Amino acid sequence: MTLETVIEGLVALTIVIGAIFTLVGSYGLVKLDTPMPRLHAPTKAGTLGVGAMLIASILFHFATDGGSLHELLIMAFLFVTAPISAHFVAKVHIHREHTAQELPDPPLDNVWATRDVAPDEDMAGDQVPEPSGGR
Amino acid sequence: MIEYALIFAFACVGLSMILSMVRLILGPGVGDRVLALDTMSVNAVALIVLLGIAGGTQIYFEAALIIAMLGFVSTVAYCRFVLRGDIIE
Repeated sequence: MTLETVIEGLVALTIVIGAIFTLVGSYGLVKLDTPMPRLHAPTKAGTLGVGAMLIASILFHFATDGGSLHELLIMAFLFVTAPISAHFVAKVHIHREHTAQELPDPPLDNVWATRDVAPDEDMAGDQVPEPSGGR
Repeated sequence: MIEYALIFAFACVGLSMILSMVRLILGPGVGDRVLALDTMSVNAVALIVLLGIAGGTQIYFEAALIIAMLGFVSTVAYCRFVLRGDIIE
């Protein structure tokens, strides 16, 4: 069993792992029924799938034509930005779907930050609650 | 061995792009559609990386990096537009 066979097997294994995790992420996006659970599937499983494929790409190019590590740039970028975009989508969901009475109390402030807008500035336009307690 | 893995991976990633397109069309909320677009851009990065492995070249690396960055920026722009009514205040 030569080194090339081992690297080829590793590349194939990571490609298959990445493909399965990407598929699981998008399937969860369709299957789960409410928006907050739906947020979990692509931001975790999808990112892991793309990371595995990038590892496969690094290994393959090192084995064949003198690769470099610049796929790590995409990996670092995706792993940093996926939680940020998930946080923004969760804020959009809180802002659009919930009134302030349904939400649990925030730990420090009077209202959640996305609900803390004056009624005439609220661009969502629906169900602007009165903040509980004085501002 | 790599060829069969590549065929399997192309099928899986294409299917997951179709599934996120289904979520993009069905909705029901704005947040779900933004999330589906973000997933589609991540899947596009995966497809381009697979294309680079299949072709044996590294010239697709910049395309993958640019699509990853533009996907993140467009997600943040959509979300800020929904949250604040404006993108840059």
